[in-house]
Amino acid sequence: MNLNLTRRRFIKGVIASGAAATTTGVWVAANGAARPAGAVERMIRINVNGQVRTVDVAPQETLASTLRYKLGLTGTKLGCNRGECGACTVLVDDVPSYACSVLTHSVKNGRIETVEGLESADGTLHPVQQAFVEELSPQCGYCTPGQIMAAVGLLRENPNPTREEARMGLSGNICRCGSYDSYLDGVMRAAQIG
Amino acid sequence: MAYMHIGKNFVPPDVNGKVTGRIKYAEDYSREGMVYARLLTSPIPHARVVNIDASEALAMDGVFGVLTADDVYPDGEPQGTGLKVLTNEPTLVGEPILAVAAIDEKTAETAITKITVTFERLPFVLDPLDSLAEGGADAYTGGNTYVFRQGFAEEKWSQDQVASFRAGNEPTAEPQQTFAYGDLDAALAASAFVYEGTFTTAGYPHQSMEPRSAMAYWENGKLYLHGTSQSLSALADGMASIVGVPQEDFVFINEATGGGFGQRARANSIPSMAIPAKMSQKINRPVMMRITRDEETAIGGARQGFQGWIKVGFKADGTMAAADLYIVSDNGGKGGGGDAYSAADGISVLYQTEAVRFRGTSIGSNTGHRGAQRGPGQNQIAAIISPILDKAAEELGVDRMKIREINTPQTGDVGGAQRQPFTSAYMPEAFKIASEKFNYAERITRSRQRNGSKVTGIGIGQGYHNAGRSGMDGIVRLTADGRLKVHNGVGNLGTYSYASTSRAAAEVLQMPWERVDVVTGRTDRNLPITSPQDGSNSIFTNTRTNYGAAMDLLGKMKEIAAMELGGDAADYDIGDERVFKSSDKNAGMTFAQIAQKGIELGGKFTGESDLPEELNDFTKISVTRLAGDSLMGIFHDPKHNDNPPGFTVTFTEIEMDVETGKYDIVDMVTVGDCGTVVHPQGLKNQLVGGAVWGIGLAGYERHLYDPQNGLPASTGYWQSKIPTMMDTPAKIQTGWVDLPDPENPVGARGIGEPAMGAVAAAVASAISDSLDGHLFNSAPVTADMIINHVAGVTSDAVPLAQNNFRG
Ligand code: FES
Ligand code: FES
Repeated sequence: MNLNLTRRRFIKGVIASGAAATTTGVWVAANGAARPAGAVERMIRINVNGQVRTVDVAPQETLASTLRYKLGLTGTKLGCNRGECGACTVLVDDVPSYACSVLTHSVKNGRIETVEGLESADGTLHPVQQAFVEELSPQCGYCTPGQIMAAVGLLRENPNPTREEARMGLSGNICRCGSYDSYLDGVMRAAQIG
Repeated sequence: MAYMHIGKNFVPPDVNGKVTGRIKYAEDYSREGMVYARLLTSPIPHARVVNIDASEALAMDGVFGVLTADDVYPDGEPQGTGLKVLTNEPTLVGEPILAVAAIDEKTAETAITKITVTFERLPFVLDPLDSLAEGGADAYTGGNTYVFRQGFAEEKWSQDQVASFRAGNEPTAEPQQTFAYGDLDAALAASAFVYEGTFTTAGYPHQSMEPRSAMAYWENGKLYLHGTSQSLSALADGMASIVGVPQEDFVFINEATGGGFGQRARANSIPSMAIPAKMSQKINRPVMMRITRDEETAIGGARQGFQGWIKVGFKADGTMAAADLYIVSDNGGKGGGGDAYSAADGISVLYQTEAVRFRGTSIGSNTGHRGAQRGPGQNQIAAIISPILDKAAEELGVDRMKIREINTPQTGDVGGAQRQPFTSAYMPEAFKIASEKFNYAERITRSRQRNGSKVTGIGIGQGYHNAGRSGMDGIVRLTADGRLKVHNGVGNLGTYSYASTSRAAAEVLQMPWERVDVVTGRTDRNLPITSPQDGSNSIFTNTRTNYGAAMDLLGKMKEIAAMELGGDAADYDIGDERVFKSSDKNAGMTFAQIAQKGIELGGKFTGESDLPEELNDFTKISVTRLAGDSLMGIFHDPKHNDNPPGFTVTFTEIEMDVETGKYDIVDMVTVGDCGTVVHPQGLKNQLVGGAVWGIGLAGYERHLYDPQNGLPASTGYWQSKIPTMMDTPAKIQTGWVDLPDPENPVGARGIGEPAMGAVAAAVASAISDSLDGHLFNSAPVTADMIINHVAGVTSDAVPLAQNNFRG
């Protein structure tokens, strides 16, 4: 995961929008009520899980806020809301990104994928999801959507990772339950299921 | 014994929701008309609120109300330690003073900036020893300690007494608490090696991934609270009284909890959930209160830190003859925790020490509130004692594994302050499995081998926690379609014990798992009371209740069959979802037919009469609501005998880089003794999860405060670093003894907490080994401490410093 890139993009985006970056993790970015002068187009179209959705997005709104509070995609979790934990990981153009630290406006031309988009229409689980069930990778499950999206991103780039590569690939995702070993077992199994 | 379910893996009903993102945590819910609460928290470590002027905020558009401590406690705040819902007497930075509800969070935040709170600053203290020293500040109004049933009190030592302790000497002041057994002086006199020294262990936050957000609304006089907890019905029981609503009118909704490690077990450790409940009552709207990571770190609880002195004596063969401990434990800003006592108790259990004396004093500091955190006490001391055992082994010329085996508890032994027998103890077996898996005999020869800047360290550790309770209730039902419903009040905190303990009932009735529904997730589904889920007790406690309820149901099923088909209940057997005559398999009824008949009969069969007398009130409400429409099994569990222990053994190899103070954990084997294994994958997860926590305790986790202003320097994950995937081994090997415990119907006892202690002990032991047996007497041992040691640099930190950098 290129955290530097997403972090830098976030800060650039904040500067461009004229909003103040918050480092305290306060949830103000979630609100659509503010309308700072110097207008950015608010009604934007974003591609989420293969569907183009039109949504009213405030200039300083994070992707996590848009997904959770505007589009009802609550599978993307917020553990810290400030780039420390990885619970909010989604894919933007196949790259795992912290949705709490990406401004929605900055990815409006991107392809966004969340945990809700992985299952096929008939309910078949994605190989990573299936492997995580079989290995019982999650404990409390709060970090799980982020771990899954990081794993999906990794396997797209590297379908047969070594355990060490998988460990690197998921190292941006904290798990307080300490289920790392079971997540790695899950990724290795997913690579086999393919 | 050949089981149908016990010891087998299965897919817990909630795991699909966890991998698809469909399962809902408290903050994932919303409600028509929902408004948002934000908190104004204390910016200073110790103060008294003199005045609150919220008039400007209340006049703002979109602001619906302000809630203060005066609203929550009209008769005054309860006098005692423990977090309050809201307070006018904050004793730590970040403690909630008031909440504002508004149309959205930005408006609520803006409103908060318009509220003027006048604080009277009070003296604060960060290090318990500074508070103990004559003239030092007190963390609480009315003292620096809290004496049970007596209230706040002041505990002071002379400046010289504190200075002498900091200088490394045995404290001379009277302790608040003590226990002792055996002849300590004689045991020390008989010792061939005696170690004596001071030590510290750090406080650090729980940091569950899910912040303690909550949402509440009232409907038809009932309160609905979406919250987070590690014990569903036990927490709901306590939360109803915190909010002040009758249990019958309270619905606690908690399908999933994003991690619970002690501070979500009981309502009084997470009283903030009452804020949206009270606010919603006040403004008559649904209220969502999202909690930030900063807020979670401040009020989410922290482990008690220790400032201690220890003296341990070993006989020539390695037997631990004596342990003498004096511990000042850090009660933080809100008090709480019996960690120090448990630490001494844990040594007595794990090393079967012949004579033990414990002396302890608990002192407050204006830092994060304390309370139980995974293996409170036993796990801190595990990381201190293990390298001392290695030192004794070296001095006495005893093998490092041998010195542990000599002292290890086994069935028939007693342990702890109460000298209580174990229900069973299979530590010798655990040692055997773990040492073989690790290939100890060969591995130990690599100890202290150097290759460039890298040195190999081998570590061994043991963990213990008392792991089982009793006295709770069980409810199971057979519905007219022949399905088994197991009502389970166990919280869903990630252990899957809500499901695995339900399998004890399925086992009794030989029910295929797909014909069983675990009924849980919200209290209006009518759940039995269970114990708070702390202390690794769930698997023991709730297999007992579910097994008992299923046995009651089975008895009733056979009774119905006998009424219908003749003979005595004892003449009947079950199999393939039928009750049949033992003498004639064809003479029988299906479970569905039995249930239908039971419903027809009513009375004791459907929970309408003859309830067990001792049934808890909480369970009675559930049974009364369920009565009449299914065949019910109801059970009140009597008390069990003796101490059901959870034990673990860990072996590890590390590669220490003496130039950077960083080490890689090359291999780790961790083996549990938790009686019969109920759910192998769940057990494996507890072992590896506990391992990550143990790695954190031994090497990383501590919180820090700015000594000048008392502000927390650790307000999230990166300043109080929890281990990441790169800090933990790429593979942790796990194993278990799998022998039954006689006090549990399926042979099980708990494991969650000892899984951490053994690893903390093993990593501390390996670090010490890689540095020629140097004793840091500290947890964590961080990279800076290691390079200072290697470079021969003496730290200029205050000795035994707490909540700050240490030497
Ligand atoms: S919520 Fe985005 S990194 Fe923690
Ligand atoms: S499974 Fe609980 S935080 Fe990862």
